[in-house]
Amino acid sequence: MAIAEPPVVQAEPPPPPTRRSARAITWARRRRAVAAHWRVYRRNRQGMWGLAILLIFIALALAAPLLVDERRLEPAFSTGIPFQPPSADAWLGTDKFGRSMVDLLVYGARISLLVGFTATVGTMLIGSVVGIAAGYYGGRIDALLNAFTNWFLVLPWIVLAIVLASLLGATLFNIILVIAITSWAGTARLVRAQTLTVKERPYVERARALGAGDWHLITRHILPNVFPVIFANTVLTVALSILSETTLSILGLGDPNSVSWGVIIEESFSSGALTAGYWWWLIPPGVCIVLVTLAFTMCGYALDEILNPRLRER
Amino acid sequence: MTILTTRGLRVTYRTSGGDVPAVRGVDLTIGKGEVLGLAGESGCGKSTIAGAILRLLPASTKIEGQILLDGEDVLAMRPSRLRAVRWTGASIIFQGALHGLNPVQRVGDQIAEAITVHRQASEREAAVRVGELLEQVGLPSRRIADYPHELSGGQRQRVMIAMALACNPSLVIADEPTTALDVMVQAQVLRLLKGLQRELGLAMLFITHDLSVLVEVSDRLAIMYAGRIVEEGPAEGVFHDPRHPYTRALAAAFPEIGDERFRRRPSGLGGDPPDPQALPAGCTFHPRCPDAFDECRRVDPTLYPAGEGRRAACLLVQPTPAGAERAGDGQP
Amino acid sequence: MSAEAVPARDATASGEARAIIEVRGLEVGFEGRVGVLAGLLGRRGARARAVDGVDLDLYEGEVLALAGESGCGKTTTARAIMGLLRPQAGEIRFEGRPLGRRLRAYRREVQMVFQDPTGSLNPRKTIYEIVAEGLRIHRISQGPNGETEEELVARALSRAGLRPPERFYLLYPHELSGGQRQRVVIAGALVLDPRVIVADEPVSNLDASVRGEILALLMKLREELRISILVVTHDLGLAWTVADRVAVMYLGRIVEIGPAEEVLQRPRHPYTRALLDVVPEAGGIDRPILSGEPPDPTRVPNGCRFHPRCPAVASGRAARLGIEERCRTVPLAPLPAAQDHLVACYLAELGERP
Repeated sequence: MAIAEPPVVQAEPPPPPTRRSARAITWARRRRAVAAHWRVYRRNRQGMWGLAILLIFIALALAAPLLVDERRLEPAFSTGIPFQPPSADAWLGTDKFGRSMVDLLVYGARISLLVGFTATVGTMLIGSVVGIAAGYYGGRIDALLNAFTNWFLVLPWIVLAIVLASLLGATLFNIILVIAITSWAGTARLVRAQTLTVKERPYVERARALGAGDWHLITRHILPNVFPVIFANTVLTVALSILSETTLSILGLGDPNSVSWGVIIEESFSSGALTAGYWWWLIPPGVCIVLVTLAFTMCGYALDEILNPRLRER
Repeated sequence: MTILTTRGLRVTYRTSGGDVPAVRGVDLTIGKGEVLGLAGESGCGKSTIAGAILRLLPASTKIEGQILLDGEDVLAMRPSRLRAVRWTGASIIFQGALHGLNPVQRVGDQIAEAITVHRQASEREAAVRVGELLEQVGLPSRRIADYPHELSGGQRQRVMIAMALACNPSLVIADEPTTALDVMVQAQVLRLLKGLQRELGLAMLFITHDLSVLVEVSDRLAIMYAGRIVEEGPAEGVFHDPRHPYTRALAAAFPEIGDERFRRRPSGLGGDPPDPQALPAGCTFHPRCPDAFDECRRVDPTLYPAGEGRRAACLLVQPTPAGAERAGDGQP
Repeated sequence: MSAEAVPARDATASGEARAIIEVRGLEVGFEGRVGVLAGLLGRRGARARAVDGVDLDLYEGEVLALAGESGCGKTTTARAIMGLLRPQAGEIRFEGRPLGRRLRAYRREVQMVFQDPTGSLNPRKTIYEIVAEGLRIHRISQGPNGETEEELVARALSRAGLRPPERFYLLYPHELSGGQRQRVVIAGALVLDPRVIVADEPVSNLDASVRGEILALLMKLREELRISILVVTHDLGLAWTVADRVAVMYLGRIVEIGPAEEVLQRPRHPYTRALLDVVPEAGGIDRPILSGEPPDPTRVPNGCRFHPRCPAVASGRAARLGIEERCRTVPLAPLPAAQDHLVACYLAELGERP
């Protein structure tokens, strides 16, 4: 029996004929997808404001060594007069060692953002591993990891953080570690839930039928589809990490050798800035913290709207 | 006596991507006790018609033409009149029975709600009526206190049917009422619907993509393509002796077992239904049509008479000498 | 790998048809749900026997349809054959050898086409990546005749009717129509040059007018590449258009199997008869049909599994023939795998028609 050729199905619009390697083509396509996302993001006013504020702070943090002589931050080398209100010399006044508040804030941005980003990476790492393992493998592993996650979730984080921070000692690395350990549980929950839905998608079964192993399924199918959902959450986590660092520092658990915004506030408290009326010592770092967390939150919500299309209509 | 008439019905959705003409001039009539089967593929506009009749479409949607329900223009009704007409004049049975039912309310209460909202019947009267309705749709009366999740898919669809009948509407619109159901349950629900329709003398608009289901329940068939009706006529005639090439392709997707023409010979149409925002010139079906000729690219056919009580929008049935000649060639 | 067309051969007509897949005594069960704590303690829920003793052969180059209501075990059987489920008992042999540890190699030879083409394509991958995935999983960088990966992908796409293939490389699944997506799924299977395709309701999610094209494509693959095809379907009309043989399942067992013409035109099991009666057609609305809900695999009845719904038992015909007692109490043995028309029914044993 002669069978006719299947009809030619035309795809439209035809992209220009290219003979590049398939991988190059794929990357070109991905770049285009990112560009498309950026076009949507650009239209989101809230997201753009957040991004602008963030970029300013990130630029300050990166350029800090160029803008400020680091030695001037050492109390011993400080040349300024203590407790100066804002003036032409020191735009935002000085602290008890006579250090310029502007210098402190610029370096503080460096520390605060560093803590925020690295703690977030830690949070995401722990959260994703636990969440994917629980969601993907299911059964007893899930029951066990889920119980573990819930335990961390219901534990008042501040208590755990204080205990851990005082046990481990006040170094910057330990602060980051403490923040990551106390905040991964929410991420794990989110990742687990998303993994559970993605795992049931027929394309995962199709890949399994093709002969794919767990590693292939997790890295090629689960992760790429879980990631966009947790990406927006990641940005929000940075804001939370910065706030956590501030909280710990104000409680006196921060690293005294690295001047973060939280440490500045803590020093102002302990030096009685509040009663003495040294407002310039207290308010500027507070404003910085509010601005940066707000900016991250704004970016996070904007990303959430773009990456999770179901929210777009809301 | 006609229950429903639409004249020149056009429905245009307004979206951020521009206007989408979903229905482009549809005339339908359904008489008392008559079942009209409306067939077509996803996106052809058949469900939009159902939504337009009950004015269930988004407020921004532009609806033109006339929709006469029991002689009254639905499009000219005030909101209060419209609310009264919904369910008492015309009711609708949706596809997914799970979504149509409130998951946290007992099914008996949901049926009673449809009655009390519209007829101001007392709760006692409503309860009696709910009992009758459940019996009519073949559900044991003890199911009255069940929640939707305690029922099977077929039973939930029976509840939906009871709700649709609650206010004695003159028209029932069934929009893919059995699509999500298993073969055996689908047959049960179809028999139930057909039995009730006969018993109550209902007018019914039955919408589905499954032509074989339609031919079982309908008196007349209307086939839609790209927002228009391309063929209509008595159900069996349209199904067994289609005049429009599109109907022929649809019918081939539901072969009769034992028909040697289809044995080991699946056939379908190449290509896909057109984008409503970029319809082809001439006959909208010509890019997929196996019988298309030059004129089809230019002439947009209207519904031509095609035998007793039948019409088809195809140049091959156009009553001109040229068309008549070609009609012979056009048969498979 | 050869693109040459192999002459078509009706597998069932020839006496020495060779089984490429043999299923013997297959049993697959599912556990009911239990609470988290109970799960940790190792407690289990009620067991449903989705597949309960299935023997089945798939011959080289044939199209076998596996039909039945939802919950009859047809999809579970297909998934067990694919190695996606672990059977509780029984054996699956590919070319005479049990699967055992050869699962990975087996998965190159046996490919699956799914019901929902939209869901079975990862929305974040391009068509090229999707079709090439099988090659990458099996670490195939070259075809047997030195073809590059791109050449293999291009060939698979054009065999699936997506031509010219380069135009599809960059597209994402959402940019294709339903029929095109199913062709991509088929291309993803063809790229590994399989001997067998298991198609689970391959057209039920597609628009009616494109169904025939997808089925025609499957038929063409069988003709030209001699791929054996197992089609799981609830639609006996579809079985009529494509299948050489039909197996009808009820509650985890095959109740009737044989050449399509025989089973569909001269059914011998009352259940097959009932399934045929509900295929919609003009005038069919007044035919009597089975009442009640689809059977529950957690509660398998005694005797013949179909007896609670069997019209012959209900009408007293079984009693008049003196088999009712057996229908109600004596379980039937599972049907063996064979080429003939076989029926698991006491009525049919007497030579009676349903």
